[in-house]
Amino acid sequence: MAVIKKTSAIKNSPKHLLGIQNLSILEAQKILNEAKAFIKLNRSNTKKLDTLRGKTQINLFFEPSTRTQSSFDLAGKRLGADVMTMNMSNSALKKGETLIDTAMTLNAMHPDLIVVRHQDSGAPNLLSQKVNCAVINAGDGRREHPTQALLDALTIINRKGKIEGLKIAICGDIKHSRVARSNIYLMNMLGAEVNVIAPKTLMPDSIEQLGVKSFTSMKKGLDSCDIVMMLRLQNERMQGSFLPSKREYYEYYGLTPDKLRFASKDALVMHPGPMNRGVEIDTKLADDINVSLVKEQVELGVAVRMACLKLYCK
Amino acid sequence: MKEKILKNCRIIDPSQNIDEIGNIIIDSNGKIKEIGNKVKIPKKSSDIEEFDCEKRIAIPGIVDMNVFVGEPGFEYKENFRTLTQAAFAGGVTSVVTMPNTKPLIDNVSMVDFIIRRGRDKSNLNIFPAACLTREMKGKEMVEFGLLTAKGIIGFTDPYQVVQNTEIMSRIMDYASDMGALIMQHVEDYELSKNGCVNEGEIATRLGLQSIPSIAEKIIIERDLSLLEEYPCRYHINQISSQKSVEVIRKNKKNSKNFTTGVSINHLCLNDNDVGDFKTFLKFSPPLRSENDRKSLIDAINTGLIDVITSAHKPEDEESKRLPFAQAATGSIGVETLLPLVLELYHNKSIKLQKLIELITVNPAKILKINKGTLKTGRDADICLFDLDEPWKVDVNTLKSKSKNAAIENKTLQGKVQMTFLKGELVFEN
Repeated sequence: MAVIKKTSAIKNSPKHLLGIQNLSILEAQKILNEAKAFIKLNRSNTKKLDTLRGKTQINLFFEPSTRTQSSFDLAGKRLGADVMTMNMSNSALKKGETLIDTAMTLNAMHPDLIVVRHQDSGAPNLLSQKVNCAVINAGDGRREHPTQALLDALTIINRKGKIEGLKIAICGDIKHSRVARSNIYLMNMLGAEVNVIAPKTLMPDSIEQLGVKSFTSMKKGLDSCDIVMMLRLQNERMQGSFLPSKREYYEYYGLTPDKLRFASKDALVMHPGPMNRGVEIDTKLADDINVSLVKEQVELGVAVRMACLKLYCK
Repeated sequence: MKEKILKNCRIIDPSQNIDEIGNIIIDSNGKIKEIGNKVKIPKKSSDIEEFDCEKRIAIPGIVDMNVFVGEPGFEYKENFRTLTQAAFAGGVTSVVTMPNTKPLIDNVSMVDFIIRRGRDKSNLNIFPAACLTREMKGKEMVEFGLLTAKGIIGFTDPYQVVQNTEIMSRIMDYASDMGALIMQHVEDYELSKNGCVNEGEIATRLGLQSIPSIAEKIIIERDLSLLEEYPCRYHINQISSQKSVEVIRKNKKNSKNFTTGVSINHLCLNDNDVGDFKTFLKFSPPLRSENDRKSLIDAINTGLIDVITSAHKPEDEESKRLPFAQAATGSIGVETLLPLVLELYHNKSIKLQKLIELITVNPAKILKINKGTLKTGRDADICLFDLDEPWKVDVNTLKSKSKNAAIENKTLQGKVQMTFLKGELVFEN
């Protein structure tokens, strides 16, 4: 008999980092605290540790990525792990090998960590059931991108000192965004108030159930927000008739200095990258070091990933 | 064959409005000779085989309108032999087989093959369906007349819809004259493209592309509008949502003539059950919300839904052990159809007689076949079951060749004890 259960959509078994959902607040804080220590290290002259010496980390990327991939690459190397990056977007999978087979093959090489990015939601969950090592999700479909949310949280804490009580707006293609979902869960968990802003065609169904307020107007949605997170608008969305044109999107949803004035005075701007300048964000605003945290996000990304690798490695 | 007597059973036969304790006598030709509470038990003799049913329930052999058998082309998923074993173990004695085999059943020579093959490998009553359009492309209609003459019971493009309205109107127009039964999968392809779960919180959380229930509603509305112009034998294979129920209610009020089915999965499960990307619970149409599920039950109680099917869709492991979006849809179910149907009785959703009606006489009427009844003179296809026996679904003991059971490890109440086909005992628990 199908009774309504409390959604146990995703289970985070303790040794994998599959998503922010069901990550406990203590676990999240532990990662963030651990990462803080690495910020300093990454700015120093000698960046290499031997925390993960003798450990093998495999980066398994089924979807092209530069930032996340290089960030994980660097993070592993700085901790002293042996890092192997496998770019799968044009590899065995095209020869008909299934995800499970790939997992089995890699598992036989006894890795200690697998960092995986996949175009299908839930692929890391499936992978984690078949391997003996920790699986870290580096982005799956439109479901989750936990390390991105964690690095965003660390960036905010670094600047604002805290997350609790802040008002955070996430704007853009919410529907197709794993970054948005992970950030919604994490920022909510850490005590922020979250607004999501998107044109109706890019707003997922029942998004309010995730504990956010949804807006279609930047003016209303940005009102008194402390943080404005812009999302990348993928070009292919234009073809699916989600939007009439880039021009119109920029007019209504592109972040410009004018629109930023709707937010609180000392509001800061974030973007997970890569940016479409002139589509979702004004180019000068993106580079304005007084309001834009984009570079800091990239920098702290390495620290957060080091923390994750360290904590999840057996 | 010896005469048989099933004594002391609770006979439920909705086709004759019977629900009483009585006896059933099967003659030596495998036909029902006498049935009911007035039937006297003949003296013991070596010519009569006796079965003491201990007040267990005897119903007409179940008619399942939506079953996939892997032959030809997908024998590794299911074949006639394994399907037959699974069906008998579930009290199912008649099935409509889907035509989406390889090659497809869309021409006369394939019908010959499937009928011969079915007859050779199985004693189950097999009623093959053929494709609605050539190569299931939704463009050209199949030869309704010739195929019907060869023994095709109905026409359907499984899990696919004829998207083009003009072509659909011609199909309905032409089929009406031939008396052909159209069994439509109602799902607007453009709206459901790439989707794999119900629209709503679950889809948003899992990050999966959704299939809105409007995709179903819009095709039902279109087809029922066409039906006004081109009255034909029209059956909706499966509905899944409250919105569809509303459309059907409206149209039934206007006394339009059509019938509606639902799969047992959509009556017993909801989208919450998908949980952590369980691909065995990926269905087409997708499992909907609890509200939708309740509305389907309500629709059965108010007579808007005519048939419950198992939507038996065996899939091998390789088709299911994939990321959710890539995995095949469907679940096996012919063997667990009755126990799941009984769950709806045990949890007081639907009356027992009503449930039995939806799996016996109703599908038989839609298909215009002499099954689903225990009237005297008819084939003695009988399912005898224990209403209360508890058991746990263990996929390894299920008879189907594939093991993709959505209700894996579920505890059920009620089990088939014996199945008779044309008077022969073909299954005993």
